[in-house]
Amino acid sequence: MTNVSSNRQPMKLQTRRTLTAYTFLIVPLLFFISIRIFPTLYAFSLSFMTQDHTSGTIDNYKQLLQDPVFWKSVLNTGLYVIVTVPLQMALGLIIALGIQRVRHFRWFYRMIYFLPYITSIVAVSWVWRLMYDQNTGVFNQILTWLHIPPQGFLGDPNESLLSVSAVMIWQAMGFSMLIFMAGLEAVPKHFYEAAQIDGASKWKMFWKITFPLLNPTIVFLAVTGVIQSLQSFTQIQNLTGGSAANAGGPLNSTLSIVVYMYKNAFTDFNMEYASAITVVLFIIILLVTLIQLRILNKSYEY
Amino acid sequence: MKKKKREIGAVFIHIFLLAGVMIVAFPFIWMILSSLKSISDFYNFSFLPKKIDWSGYQYIFQETEFLRWYWNSIVVAVTVTISCLIFNSLVGYVLAKHRFPGAKIVFILILSTLMIPTEMLVIPWYVMGSDFGWVDTYWGIMFPGLIEAFGIFLMRQFMLGVPDDILDAARIDGMGEFKIWWRIALPQVKPALSALGIITFLGNWNAYLWPVIITATDNMRTLPVGISLFSTADAGGIKWNLIMCMSTMAVIPMIIVFLFFQKRIVEGIAMTGVKG
Repeated sequence: MTNVSSNRQPMKLQTRRTLTAYTFLIVPLLFFISIRIFPTLYAFSLSFMTQDHTSGTIDNYKQLLQDPVFWKSVLNTGLYVIVTVPLQMALGLIIALGIQRVRHFRWFYRMIYFLPYITSIVAVSWVWRLMYDQNTGVFNQILTWLHIPPQGFLGDPNESLLSVSAVMIWQAMGFSMLIFMAGLEAVPKHFYEAAQIDGASKWKMFWKITFPLLNPTIVFLAVTGVIQSLQSFTQIQNLTGGSAANAGGPLNSTLSIVVYMYKNAFTDFNMEYASAITVVLFIIILLVTLIQLRILNKSYEY
Repeated sequence: MKKKKREIGAVFIHIFLLAGVMIVAFPFIWMILSSLKSISDFYNFSFLPKKIDWSGYQYIFQETEFLRWYWNSIVVAVTVTISCLIFNSLVGYVLAKHRFPGAKIVFILILSTLMIPTEMLVIPWYVMGSDFGWVDTYWGIMFPGLIEAFGIFLMRQFMLGVPDDILDAARIDGMGEFKIWWRIALPQVKPALSALGIITFLGNWNAYLWPVIITATDNMRTLPVGISLFSTADAGGIKWNLIMCMSTMAVIPMIIVFLFFQKRIVEGIAMTGVKG
């Protein structure tokens, strides 16, 4: 804003500026209203409708509460979060610390560990599915060579969720590594020098200096990781779905909330029930986001 | 003495990192090996192809819509990326550098849409797409992603760092507002633009949930959707060699692009992660 002030000109200028701003914003604003806000409201209203759209109802939610398959999908989704998020972060941190310690081949390590993150989830899910295959897969072949009985992996309800999680961790850990590397770079070197003069051990330096300073990075990765695994879909659909098998199987052991939503909406075409499922998912994600804001505000006060 | 100890430590770390590299890279190696096997190698397990068999590649190029899926993915990802770069940076610029009544409301309105999960929107989008006849069209695949709240937020953060002086100087020179954005502001945030371009392209290139919903015929599928449906559709047993050929052709070009632009891609993703 220029402050050259004659009496009328600034006023006029301000109006013109406002007009310019809204000229630039009109298309994006219409977009957000019609492609984001309106559909959100529509999803809510759909979830309160009967399937023939003749009247409002809360039956979808009532049915949801009594639907054991839905609860199974909620439980599984929780398990995905608990299994994948801590492991992908821990592995990412260990690799980042390792790479930080070495002088040679850094770019090579970083490149390889990061590769899974940028490759197509669908393509690599099928590769893993081949490797997991009970009869022809390479994992069982290796187990046989080691004289360990072959495992069911994706075919065994007790192992399937962990098998899917392994693929998710394999893909996400490179991202954690990358963000941790950026976080580690940001730790001031003189902190370590001071600690070294005081005779602190490496172990102690890690827990007293590195770890607390990585706090914002950890919170960021935890939150994005949790939200992402709450939305797990593509891996499950491709690792377990198919003509002979239902996605989310065997026996719904890998079924996530989103896979169940997809099934209801686009296989059974019960859009109203599926909308109710997405509303629940929305509320869960909203809660996670609110908790995040709480923790974030706290953790920056070191 | 101390130096020697550190060198030994470094060797151990290298061994540990190399072991990890082998585990992480193994699926890619296995994918390429498998794509060169003939189907019998899958049922009588063999580690390496007994005889290198290129016929799978020939088959996917000649007998399936694979190249068409490739083309579709390129069209969709490139168009959406260009649209996002233009609109996100424009809105980010206006929100960062213009003061006008309602600016805060607009910002909050846009930012609040970040909390809405895509999963909640796909059903309304699908209903909308069916009503307007957008099912099975490029427009149908692309429209939800053309402008994006996270990108706007990111661009705003970077635009805040553009000094007001140079913008005002341009105004005094009589440059129009549109031109100021294009000629003065945008060149100042080039690193952020390239980061945004990379994550937008990657996200759309790999997108699965929405394209699988909105496409209906084989020749409108994007690459991930095409591979997924080709792989699950066949009732007569999974054609592993063909699927591995498709996966290889989908993954290897991406890896090559990544190798060329490694520094930029990695920094871009780290930048958006840290700033966001």
